Amino acid sequence: MKIFVCIKQVPDTETKIKIAADKSGIDTAGVKWVMNPYDEYAVEEAVKLKEANAGAQVHVITAGPKTRAADVLRTALAMGADEGILINSPENLDAYATARALAETIRAEGGAQLVLTGKLAIDDNASSVSQMVAEFLGTPHATVVSKLTYTPESITVERDVEGGSKEISQLQLPALVAANKGLNMPRYASLPGIMKAKKKVLKEVEFASLNIPASDVKVKHTNFALPADKPPVKMLSGDSSQQAAELVKLLRDEAKVL
Amino acid sequence: MGQILVFVESSKGALKRSSIELLQAAAQSGETVAALAVGSAADALVKEIGANGGQEIHLIKDASLDSYNPELFAAALTPVIEKVGPHTLLASASSLGRDLFPRIAARLKTGLASDCTELSLQGGQVSARRPMYSGKCFASAEFENSPVKIVLMRANQLPVKAADPSKTGTVTEHALTKPDLKTLIKEVVKGTSEKLDLTEANIIVAGGRGLKEAGNFKLLQDLADALGATVGASRAVVDAGWVSHSMQVGQTGKTVAPTLYIAVGVSGAIQHLAGMSGSKVIVAINNDANAPIFQKATYGIVGDLFDVVPKLTEEFRKVLHH
Ligand SMILES: Cc1cc2nc3c(=O)[nH]c(=O)nc-3n(C[C@H](O)[C@H](O)[C@H](O)COP(=O)(O)OP(=O)(O)OC[C@H]3O[C@@H](n4cnc5c(N)ncnc54)[C@H](O)[C@@H]3O)c2cc1C
Repeated sequence: MKIFVCIKQVPDTETKIKIAADKSGIDTAGVKWVMNPYDEYAVEEAVKLKEANAGAQVHVITAGPKTRAADVLRTALAMGADEGILINSPENLDAYATARALAETIRAEGGAQLVLTGKLAIDDNASSVSQMVAEFLGTPHATVVSKLTYTPESITVERDVEGGSKEISQLQLPALVAANKGLNMPRYASLPGIMKAKKKVLKEVEFASLNIPASDVKVKHTNFALPADKPPVKMLSGDSSQQAAELVKLLRDEAKVL
Repeated sequence: MGQILVFVESSKGALKRSSIELLQAAAQSGETVAALAVGSAADALVKEIGANGGQEIHLIKDASLDSYNPELFAAALTPVIEKVGPHTLLASASSLGRDLFPRIAARLKTGLASDCTELSLQGGQVSARRPMYSGKCFASAEFENSPVKIVLMRANQLPVKAADPSKTGTVTEHALTKPDLKTLIKEVVKGTSEKLDLTEANIIVAGGRGLKEAGNFKLLQDLADALGATVGASRAVVDAGWVSHSMQVGQTGKTVAPTLYIAVGVSGAIQHLAGMSGSKVIVAINNDANAPIFQKATYGIVGDLFDVVPKLTEEFRKVLHH
């Protein structure tokens, strides 16, 4: 079984975001890059499947600038993935073109029995690339998955949907699954894992070599801005009864939200 | 002038508020507003769609669309979207919308802007803004090479006015050609909560580690009941196993933007703020005057939540006659 895990490098969740001078994106100077948290669940699940199924192989793949994106592949290799592929691509490639690049590369590598991804990337929060990759590969997909059971023909997944409900479905393989929190507990890369990762294959593919036309870029993010400053907080004084009464009055008469 | 197509979702036989927001926004543009509803109960929505501005109402009344299957929905909707030929397709960034429309966008070779919070439709142009980096900043989504511009809007971002029952739309029914499905939905396990999902809720009461133990969430539940609110939580209490992950607000939970967000015993870590700082009015209740949550709050109460919350619940009950 060949498993591909699509992962993305994103700014650490602690990052204070600054806007680039031309407003075309964020100022990446000084940003600490990490693996998108949801992708950690995808990598962990792939490695677990490999451990439970002899002969399974885990390939991790990312599209991003060569100057930094290989780090996220090294992390995944240290967690136990077998091989990494970096698609050296422009910064801020949109979801459609990214999905095209990932699908093309997976296909060129002989295709996958199972593609795993995170349910969304916490940078653009678009939750789009996974479903698009599935469409381009012609496989079924399930997103927001918190439980996965594998058999060689099909997988059964539990999806978290609105109101705490769960949908349980069965997908024929090959298929794509986008992981939610709860799927597993991602392992930390161990020191031996990190040492071993240094010897694993890390391939590079040029985005330009994939012949994806410029018209496959569909959405550009522009005019970045920080949220407007909030007026300072109004602190309510008095004992708890007075504070409670005052708050309800303000919510009703001043903020008008009741 | 072109057409705008709105995909509507319903709950218990009525349009979801998020769908009404989209229909009314489309109607304001002065363009032809088409709407698409699916499932065996779609008929029952026709009046309400018309009253909210839908002029050409498309229905796929197949009972197999009563529960969501991504493959089946993509196969059902795509030909109708192609037939209607709108320049813009609006849907809500719900569980269903977020799962389905990226797949349809790929099939239609078109662009999609997910999870938008601002929308303007003027002179056949659509412009949308969306939070990036979990609300730490905002950006405009500009479409290019996109025959149908697909915009998924977050709930509660657009105004809603009373519907006009004198307005009606014309109905066109479409048949469903079922593809060979590789996805089989085996079971839908309903959540225990009858409340609106966090992402749709207009009021959220969120609890953090300050609540001390799982059982004390009852205090928040009472407060939420008095307000008709949905209860959310910080990651600390989700990780502690007090409440389920579906209740987590923040960068690795849900991103929410209700009208009113009451944070109780939540410190306001950057990852939590990322998920809720877009809320219109934020109330913080915390016994530490230096808690970072106060920097984002509209109103702050420094005090012991075990003392303040029951009094607040009582006060809301009085005022709101619950
Ligand atoms: C990669 C990553 C992702 C993360 N994602 C998220 C996320 O999505 N959402 C999220 O919430 N967090 C997230 N976190 C965790 C975040 O950093 C914080 O640890 C977490 O939000 C803290 O939760 P808390 O506010 O409930 O707890 P604490 O920080 O412990 O705060 C408890 C608060 O309760 C107050 N308090 C205590 N007793 C009382 C009382 N009797 N009355 C009133 N107030 C009281 C205290 O003063 C304190 O401010 C993430 C962290 C990482 C590293």
